[in-house]
Amino acid sequence: MELHLALAQISTSLGTLRPNLEKHLRFIRQARTAGADLVLFPELSLTGYVLQDLVPTVACRPTESDPVFGELLAASKDIDVVVGFVEEDQRNRFYISAAYLSKRQVRHVHRKVYLPTYGLFDEGRFFAWGDHVRAFDTRFGRAGLLICEDFWHASPPYLLWLDGADLLLFMSASPGRGVGGGATLESAWWVEQVNQSYASLFTSFVAHTNKVGFEDGLNFWGGSTVFDPNGHCLARAPYHEETLKLVTLDLNQLRRTRARLPLLRDERTALVQRELQRILAQPDRTTHLG
Amino acid sequence: MTDLLRIDAELVRTILVSFIRQEITRAGLTRAVVGLSGGLDSAVSCMLSAQALGPHNVLALMMPHRTSSPDSLADAQRVVEQTGVRHDTVEITAMVEPLFERFPAAQARRRGNAMARERMIVLYDQSADFGGLVVGTGNKTEILLGYTTLYGDSACAINPLGDLYKTQVLELARALGVPDSIQKKPPSADLWKGQTDEGELGYTYAEVDRLLYLLVDERYSPQECVAAGFAAKFVRSVTERVRLNQFKRVLPPIAKLSNRTVGYDFLYLRDWGT
Repeated sequence: MELHLALAQISTSLGTLRPNLEKHLRFIRQARTAGADLVLFPELSLTGYVLQDLVPTVACRPTESDPVFGELLAASKDIDVVVGFVEEDQRNRFYISAAYLSKRQVRHVHRKVYLPTYGLFDEGRFFAWGDHVRAFDTRFGRAGLLICEDFWHASPPYLLWLDGADLLLFMSASPGRGVGGGATLESAWWVEQVNQSYASLFTSFVAHTNKVGFEDGLNFWGGSTVFDPNGHCLARAPYHEETLKLVTLDLNQLRRTRARLPLLRDERTALVQRELQRILAQPDRTTHLG
Repeated sequence: MTDLLRIDAELVRTILVSFIRQEITRAGLTRAVVGLSGGLDSAVSCMLSAQALGPHNVLALMMPHRTSSPDSLADAQRVVEQTGVRHDTVEITAMVEPLFERFPAAQARRRGNAMARERMIVLYDQSADFGGLVVGTGNKTEILLGYTTLYGDSACAINPLGDLYKTQVLELARALGVPDSIQKKPPSADLWKGQTDEGELGYTYAEVDRLLYLLVDERYSPQECVAAGFAAKFVRSVTERVRLNQFKRVLPPIAKLSNRTVGYDFLYLRDWGT
């Protein structure tokens, strides 16, 4: 089976839903016309990234009755859509969230579980931490959604893999840094390495859409990629340019790779659980772990 | 050691050109104004602005004082000719002389600061007339060392060079084809005769950039810098200078009285809503 994937590598305006929503609808239409089955937007694609005190003003609920999601759900009739947004829950907590929309339904919502709050990042000041890492079923198989810092830790992709995800869908708003390492930004090189490693170690597909554009002095570097279960790069979108990148995934590659390299089959989950329990139960564990 | 300061000039150029273009157009404008001194930093800013917006959308202002070196003006002219930017020469002598006549005891430093601030006044005034944003020229070395005039040469709307050490600006200048005479001459604020940056600082940019890179970018402690081969006195002097000049890098503190105070918990980017 083939999955025609579109990476919507877009720039956004900061703190204004309507112009961003209009861009989403345009890119969704374009992706559908180009024959895509699924279109993947970046982190906080509906709002922009460095929101700070704007967070409460741009929050949405992923439901039919929400003015923004109402239109997105309609647009998901003939193509699956993954969008980034600020989610407000019943008790007025705000999350960096991603929603998978298919056939006018919200199939899955992921709330970012790792919020970088160091250096230039200040997410923990404005957002609540998500509490779940769950794979979910799509018409292309079982998938997982992660947002930026979530895949800067090995644990969430590993959990998604164990929960059955063969297609890892990553989204980010990654600021570019490191200009001393050659023609590629150091941050781009790092993320590509990491994505390639996950694809290789988990013998799964890893697709990643990163945003482009600027917010004050922060540049967002794009460079969205898809890696296959062999760890080969199927596509890379240009750096720093807004674009819709189309990639065809041959899902049968999962079977071929796993026949050659059965890392998934051989993963000893009971051992992992046993050793993790031992490590976490140690009385002096705070010297080793958080 | 110098490898640590290496930059990929083409990557930097791409990002900075895009930065200037996007930050100006999102503000609803299409033009830029740059104070062109004849020095390295402003030459680079001017060239990047011309690439970002088109030379006809950039106004380079030369603002000599009667004590300025004639080489400065000649070098600025070279940049104008090379880029094709619009330009104007506004002599500031008659604008600052009344202040110096009123306070004749003012030493060179005060006069230099007044000249730098007068240039800021001209830039901002002309930017309103031209319909553009003032593009800054401050580099990371001078910002960290506070080798700037507060509300003078450090005043601008956006700063493309503020994350490049002087040594790195030179590397970028080389790649951009900044005129040779500008690349080769000793950096100087040209605020009094014979003034040079390195003469005033007491060390070269090559030395201090290597140290600042370790201290700031790599978060070395002063002791670790000494272990890396820098003289203890030099390390002490530079770390103190960086600390003492933090006031030039932040907004003046507002005394907090309410539950929500500008500068503390009223947090929005400059790009808010764009």
